[in-house]
Amino acid sequence: METIIIQLLNGLDKGSAYALIALGLTLIFGTLGVVNFAHGALFMIGAFCAVTLNRILTLSHTVIDETQTDFLGNPLKVEVPYVNGIFGEEMGAFIIDWNVPLAIIFAIPIMVAIGVIIERGLIRHFYKRPHADQILVTFGLAIVLQEIIKAFYGANPIPTPAPDAFRGSFDFGVLLGFDPYTVIYPYWRLIYFIFSMIIIGAVFAFLQFTTFGMVVRAGMADRETVGLLGIDIDRRFTIMFGIAAAVAGLAGVMYAPINSPNYHMGMDFLVLSFVVVVVGGMGSLPGAVLAGFLLGILQSFASMSAVIETIPGINQVVIYLVAIIILLTRPRGLMGRKGVMED
Amino acid sequence: MGILEVKDVGKRFGGLQALGDVNLSVQENTCHAIIGPNGAGKSTLLNCLIGKLIPDTGSVMFAGQSVLGRTPYEICQMGISRVFQTPEIFGDLSVLENMMIPIFARRDGAFALNALSSVFGQKDILEQAEHMLEEMNMADKRHMHAASMSRGDKRRLEIGMCLSQQPRLLLLDEPTAGMARADTNNTIDLLKEIKNERDITIAIIEHDMHVVFSLADRITVLAQGTPLVEDTPDKIKGHPKVREAYLGESA
Amino acid sequence: MLGLDKKDALLFLIVVAMVVLAPFILNPFPTDSSLAQFNAGYPDLMQRFLIFGIFAVGFNILFGLTGYLSFGHAAFLGVGSYAGVWMFKLLGMNVLLAIVSSVLMSAVFAVVIGYISLRRSGIYFSILTLAFAQMSYALAYSVLSGITNGETGLQLSHNDPRVLGASVNADGSLPVPNLFGLEMRATETLNIGPWAFDFNAGYYVCAVFMIAGFYLAIRIFRSPFGMMLRAVKSNQQRMHYTGLNTRPYTLAAFVISGMYAGLAGGLMVSMDPLAGAERMLWTRSGEVVLMTILGGAGTLIGPVLGAGFIKYFENIFSKINDNVLHGWFAFMPDGLENAVVWILHPFIGKGWHLTLGILFMLVVIFLPGGLVEGGQRIMGLFRRSPKDGAKQDTEASKHPAE
Repeated sequence: METIIIQLLNGLDKGSAYALIALGLTLIFGTLGVVNFAHGALFMIGAFCAVTLNRILTLSHTVIDETQTDFLGNPLKVEVPYVNGIFGEEMGAFIIDWNVPLAIIFAIPIMVAIGVIIERGLIRHFYKRPHADQILVTFGLAIVLQEIIKAFYGANPIPTPAPDAFRGSFDFGVLLGFDPYTVIYPYWRLIYFIFSMIIIGAVFAFLQFTTFGMVVRAGMADRETVGLLGIDIDRRFTIMFGIAAAVAGLAGVMYAPINSPNYHMGMDFLVLSFVVVVVGGMGSLPGAVLAGFLLGILQSFASMSAVIETIPGINQVVIYLVAIIILLTRPRGLMGRKGVMED
Repeated sequence: MGILEVKDVGKRFGGLQALGDVNLSVQENTCHAIIGPNGAGKSTLLNCLIGKLIPDTGSVMFAGQSVLGRTPYEICQMGISRVFQTPEIFGDLSVLENMMIPIFARRDGAFALNALSSVFGQKDILEQAEHMLEEMNMADKRHMHAASMSRGDKRRLEIGMCLSQQPRLLLLDEPTAGMARADTNNTIDLLKEIKNERDITIAIIEHDMHVVFSLADRITVLAQGTPLVEDTPDKIKGHPKVREAYLGESA
Repeated sequence: MLGLDKKDALLFLIVVAMVVLAPFILNPFPTDSSLAQFNAGYPDLMQRFLIFGIFAVGFNILFGLTGYLSFGHAAFLGVGSYAGVWMFKLLGMNVLLAIVSSVLMSAVFAVVIGYISLRRSGIYFSILTLAFAQMSYALAYSVLSGITNGETGLQLSHNDPRVLGASVNADGSLPVPNLFGLEMRATETLNIGPWAFDFNAGYYVCAVFMIAGFYLAIRIFRSPFGMMLRAVKSNQQRMHYTGLNTRPYTLAAFVISGMYAGLAGGLMVSMDPLAGAERMLWTRSGEVVLMTILGGAGTLIGPVLGAGFIKYFENIFSKINDNVLHGWFAFMPDGLENAVVWILHPFIGKGWHLTLGILFMLVVIFLPGGLVEGGQRIMGLFRRSPKDGAKQDTEASKHPAE
């Protein structure tokens, strides 16, 4: 029982990331009809927003501290972050510690801006081109974005810790009446899951309860008719792309403490996210979320040692295997609509 | 027995009875038109004939063999060719290549791994394709990119491609839809010529009464998924039931 | 000639000449000149030009003709590599054995993967091939390490049976791949004045396969089969209603292109008998997509150009560093020189991927026909008046959008 709960929990954080990326992919595909291979790169850029903010916050100047001396008896030179000067020492340390949550605020405008620039500057010209061209040009864009990040931040992963307060683990088992230390779960992963639920909820609420969202949903169902109604669909597309980019970016920001950001993390997630989208059903938002969590959890269960002993290697291939089976038996995926991308 | 025998064919889409007990017999070497108002089930019926849809009930026999459960290409190999509402041609290929493909299909069947000979080395096929292009008055366009032709020319090419398969039954789905008057008349003339000069059965679905009455030997009127009447064009013209179906004059 | 029409025969002869004379063409700079680092005529790189050329030519038979975009072709490269090394281990060091087994093995895999993946088209097909390749990669890395030797990669060892040869040479070293005794690494260097030209046995083995592969590709392109494949890309519906079954056509194309990839894998291990799982990684599949598109998908020569271009970039462009740039721009005032070097810095050396990505995007956006279309447009400009050229451009750019 404990092991099952542990695996379930372990599957949630990966599942959350899949769900968030797949949600953005589906938003873009459903509204714009574009297959965005650069979406993983947006996730990666989000993670690097956290890295960048950390670098900005820790920008320091050297101060000679007369109260301390090094082993030669000279006054010690210490690096003091500028934020300390502005907010005072205690507040400064707190801000640096809370860098990742703060990066959310920092990342939203950046990601939206990047999304809008990409849509206006590039994607817009590919609405009427074949899907293969869309895949290719966004694939190229992904390479470019990835290489830009690599040029600035290097090829090595950059550890970006969560705030001290969340660094420990949470004894989930005690809550459920098990012995202590049987089911422990890192706080940050729990937060990641809750955060992703909030984002997913916000996106759905936005689509459900705003006029803007209504038009977008109508556009996803029947693009031509909405266009005929004289609604300025272009502007909405741009905004949708911005939102999708922000969702991917936020997923990346919060993921930074779980996996140290590196320049190719986007590509790694992208491949799986596409599988998630296809399993969920191209163009179905609930399908994307559902499939994201399902596959995350499935992967986690497949990594149990008991399972691996029975079917060696299953943890490595389970997601692909499921995708292949679903594509062959239910070509529209779990919740897909008819006629999407069946050309 | 006609070459095409449709018996008690029914098809439902959810709650909608698209076709109910359709019986139809198309005689060899005639032109049989199927007309009816929008939503009468004409396209559904056609799709049942060519393997795109499988009817829920009934049977469709072509030249004594059932077509049900066969794939479109198998049905085509049996001798049924179809002309679409919007011309379906190989837009990326040249006009001549377009014309050669059905001839290859007739000679080599549904699949042949003919990967080492040259297309233009196949003199017999080239000859037949050139011949058909001449018949269609398109010989001067043979090296054109098919997608760059006018709609009328695309239609001509499509009909030519179907004919070069030497089908026993040619199905036409609103062949003049969306055409200018001149193109429509050209197409009618072409079809008349085909009808008169070849041993071929034609089944045509059409909206335009002008086209129907210029070509058809027999007409079936379809309304709400069932055949209303079947008769010669002269008798159909004045038939009260037909007027009712078309004009909605309820009795 | 050889059953080709005049234009194709000319193209074929040009490719043959380029391949045969590559050791000269790729080493235009004297060895002691400062430009010698742009010489690409060393055996290792020349072999890679041809191997990836073969890979791309094969990929183009699938993607260029049928429009089915496979993101999993690296799987066949990997399967071919493993099959080749196993042949070296079990039977003997003759490269023909390895190459034949590579091609056959990848054909078997291609039949299975193609049969399943081709049940879907469009993006679904791409995802299915991607899933299969990633699965092969993951399995090769983990469970199948008995066959693939996992992370280390599969290589020769002293304990191999090598039934048709010796497990170990008399001097205790491992035997090397050869063609009836001619070692693949054997290289003759021809010195003419300050120039040096390398003639490598392995390169010319690759050359034979490249020329044969290219010839076969021309024949396929011009055959009724090739025409059918283009028809599949153009209009599947019409194919079906013309009495043609598209499935075996696409499967045949898939298997043929998989066999080319297997051949490339077999040649790779013939040059260097080592096979690793990373050869199956999807970025490798992406690389062959880049090559084909960059050069010009659907054209005969495009993939060859694309492969050469990318491999040249990877090996030569990446060697340019800041010092070289400073050397080039030394004529400028210091401030300007530094500024120029600073601007160019991210695009050179290790940053060549960035340049490649940008180039690739530009090609997809502005030149859907790749380098070949670019060349044709330039030729067009010379031939016609500018006005006609512009008209030609709009027609060409209109077409791929349809």
